[in-house]
Amino acid sequence: MTLRTFGFNEFGFLLQALQWTIVLTVIALIGGGLLGFAVALARTSHVKAVRFAAGTYIQVIQGIPVLMILFLSYYGLSLAGLELPPLVAAGASMTIYASGYLAEIWRGCIQAVPKQQWEASESLAMTRLQQYRYVILPQAIRISLPPTVGFAVQVVKNTSITSIIGFVELARAGQLINNATFQPFRVFIAVAVLYFVVCYPLSQLSRWLERRLHAGSNR
Amino acid sequence: MSYTFQFGVLAQYQDEILSGIWLTIKLSVLSIILGSAAGVALASIRSVRGGAARFLVDAYVEIIRNTPFLVQLFIVYFGLPGLGLRVGADTAALIGMTINLAAYSTEIIRAGIEAVHKSQIEAGEALGFTRFQIYRHVIIVPAIAKVYPALCSQFVLMMLASSICSAISTHELAASAAFVESQTYRSFEVYIVVTLIYLALALALRAGLALVGMWLFGRRVARRAMTALPEVQA
Repeated sequence: MTLRTFGFNEFGFLLQALQWTIVLTVIALIGGGLLGFAVALARTSHVKAVRFAAGTYIQVIQGIPVLMILFLSYYGLSLAGLELPPLVAAGASMTIYASGYLAEIWRGCIQAVPKQQWEASESLAMTRLQQYRYVILPQAIRISLPPTVGFAVQVVKNTSITSIIGFVELARAGQLINNATFQPFRVFIAVAVLYFVVCYPLSQLSRWLERRLHAGSNR
Repeated sequence: MSYTFQFGVLAQYQDEILSGIWLTIKLSVLSIILGSAAGVALASIRSVRGGAARFLVDAYVEIIRNTPFLVQLFIVYFGLPGLGLRVGADTAALIGMTINLAAYSTEIIRAGIEAVHKSQIEAGEALGFTRFQIYRHVIIVPAIAKVYPALCSQFVLMMLASSICSAISTHELAASAAFVESQTYRSFEVYIVVTLIYLALALALRAGLALVGMWLFGRRVARRAMTALPEVQA
């Protein structure tokens, strides 16, 4: 009886687990995007109390570790009497985490639209909804693309934290294979390479979008 | 839902929590000092020398910034012993945090250096500054002052990320929380309390960094550092 070595099958297992990392990232970006968008709008609201509540939400999420969000939603959901699979707890906590950061990024983008655009659309007797729909958001979305893609890289990396509550994504799969093969250096380097292969193109895309945005506004 | 919250049982684990807080603070402060020093050094090397040195620094920055901190910790803690380098959990945590923070601060300071206008350097030359004086007074100090708020945000993120070190059995605050939870089964109460402690630590660190900023660069920079939220690095 010999130990398993890190070979083709093991690498295949890592690739399968990578799919879960990507699924979790997509859940976090969609869920966090919807929630974060609502918070970003609240953050730019006319009502002071709404602005304050949204600001506090952002400050709290950005002031606590992702790991704590994870534990709180894991144990919090089971306290509420829901016996949930790790994917739901992981998805919920990644959604909350992403919403706090996306809200702040997008608030910045909404406020980066020049004030005159608001005034001009107001003088055309547009309602607040129309202002957002036809004037502000189309411009804000353009500005928001580079930092949003950049944040997606953070989300991909931070999904690795869900391995701590036992969700089998890429980092957890690496641990499992390491337990079977005892070749930690080789296994974790392979895991790191897989993360890099996903994250690096996204980072470069974010940079390219950033350059293109500035090239457009300078000339 | 008929759950009664009991925070009282946590009181007897005060010492455990305090020792966790203390290790979190120690790891954070040390990694901030070492990581930012390395960041200044690497960003300087990168801007002064071209060619291979620049390529190596850039490769280091990109590799660290595009892989998860958890996996970096695994490589340091589980992987290095295979190469004959055995380190304890606390040391591994410090090494991992420093390596990670060094890459991010290199990137942030690089942006600051590139934002220094060429005419500033020419003005320094016109005043008869030596190359070192120009580097010190015209390039690096103004560059750091400019990006100080972004650096502070990164430091706070690193302090929060130190919680991940509990996964390699470093006994810092998150590990203390897990220990108390295993003793009391009061999961939700423990994690609520510890989350609030992290929030307080983040605010305290931000205030402390603002004071350091005031001492180093003056009031204006410090005010920006206090209010800036973590910036997302592209």
